[in-house]
Amino acid sequence: MLNDFFIRALLAGVGIALITGPLGCFVVWRRLSFFAGTLAHSALLGVTMALVFEINIAFSVFLISAVLAIFLLQLQKKTNLPNDALLGLLAHSSLAIGLVIIGFLTTIRFDVMGLLFGDILAVDENDLLFIWVGGAFILLVLKLIWKPLFASTINYELAEAEGMKPDKYNAIFTILMAAIIAISIKIVGLLLITGMLIIPAALARNISNNPVQMVILSTVGGLLSILIGLFSSLEFNTASGPSIIAAALFLFLVSLIKVRKFSELKK
Amino acid sequence: MNDKKILLKVENAGISINGKPLVRGVSLEIKKGQIVTLIGPNGSGKSTTAKIALGIYKNIDGRVQKFTKKVGYVPQKISIDWTLPIRVIDFMNLTENLTEDQIDISLNLTGVNHLKNKSLSNLSGGEFQRVLIARAISKEPELLVLDEPVQGVDFKGEIALYELIKKISEKLDCGILLISHDLHVVMSATDFVVCLNGHVCCSGTPQVVVQNDKYRELFGDRASNILSLYEHKHDHTHSQDGTIDNK
Repeated sequence: MLNDFFIRALLAGVGIALITGPLGCFVVWRRLSFFAGTLAHSALLGVTMALVFEINIAFSVFLISAVLAIFLLQLQKKTNLPNDALLGLLAHSSLAIGLVIIGFLTTIRFDVMGLLFGDILAVDENDLLFIWVGGAFILLVLKLIWKPLFASTINYELAEAEGMKPDKYNAIFTILMAAIIAISIKIVGLLLITGMLIIPAALARNISNNPVQMVILSTVGGLLSILIGLFSSLEFNTASGPSIIAAALFLFLVSLIKVRKFSELKK
Repeated sequence: MNDKKILLKVENAGISINGKPLVRGVSLEIKKGQIVTLIGPNGSGKSTTAKIALGIYKNIDGRVQKFTKKVGYVPQKISIDWTLPIRVIDFMNLTENLTEDQIDISLNLTGVNHLKNKSLSNLSGGEFQRVLIARAISKEPELLVLDEPVQGVDFKGEIALYELIKKISEKLDCGILLISHDLHVVMSATDFVVCLNGHVCCSGTPQVVVQNDKYRELFGDRASNILSLYEHKHDHTHSQDGTIDNK
């Protein structure tokens, strides 16, 4: 009953969930939700650049995300504007520039909707390889830098004082964020990658009391979202990407019940 | 007089933010087994000097040389995002991989081992301060930087913790940079005092500093009598059960 394309979608989704679970925890801990959103928006610019210069889409998205992150750091140093204003500025202007450039590309047929919401059912073997190899690499790096990155997340000054080099590891983390967005843009689309980074981590926070537990539960939550989302999209014939995020939201709501029970127990 | 290993050397260091100097011209040196204290009024640059010494500030004037990598730091203020789920035991392991035993020993020393599996966000100010100290000493550092380490701790605990700090410096033979407002403690337990007020007003052994006019100006005449008062009152120490150990 299961088609090949569905199996491939499942494998792709599972791969994405395994990466966004742990990475998403750091996004939530470091209050980078909006930053992730900004990087995702800039991905549209990355895709148009890939079309203009005829280079690999994932590579171009990665490059634009990295440039944007560096540009943001410069803006933070040079202006007194709050972070959310700068992020909003970058997110919307990079999206706009991307759309303007698309307007000039009259010779290329371009599916903006596909880019926004992804098409997980159109994943081929090469994409799968890309996700799993790239994902394994991201997770390996995250595992290696876990300790200094976590210390830097808790407190910059403590980490710096005790030789954890927070600047270096914050930069590496930003690169990992750019990488996951580059890898997943085709699969879940740029509007939904932010959801996959934040919602499973948020639901895990509701039901965990230590960092490792939160990472595990966030990954499990992401996997369940993929499974529930994909199977229900098959069953009800709904769009697969949005169905995954809707499933994640459903799980988040379930986790709230647990929170309420806990707080009642405390009383 | 002390030819032990130098751990930290600060030479003519300072920092300005937006052209306004926060602190300037600070020189000090910490050797193994030595307690160096920074005193001074609020806003005199004590914490800033500690952060300069630790390498937290990047664009500093002067020079800082650190000859050890094993550093333990208790910051004056710490803003931890309480939405992050973290227990005391996770926090203890923040910059080091400690064994269960090492964690137990340190937490016992500061009297908070019963909180080991509690969430950091559920601790009181004083409890958290004790955890901070335990964490800093658990990795057996060569250099300890303690910025008002006993703030928010109850009176009895304050004395015990200062005794612990003194004991730790002897046991680990580590150097300590201490910031404290408790002049009694500073003058009795310190090897070297640096009196700050945006710059170094005076420095030297406690005996030298209390005689200095600038010290009197900053802290008042009562502060100058502190040494004699202290030496007079405390020619003995109490052990845990209250009996007197004569030195």
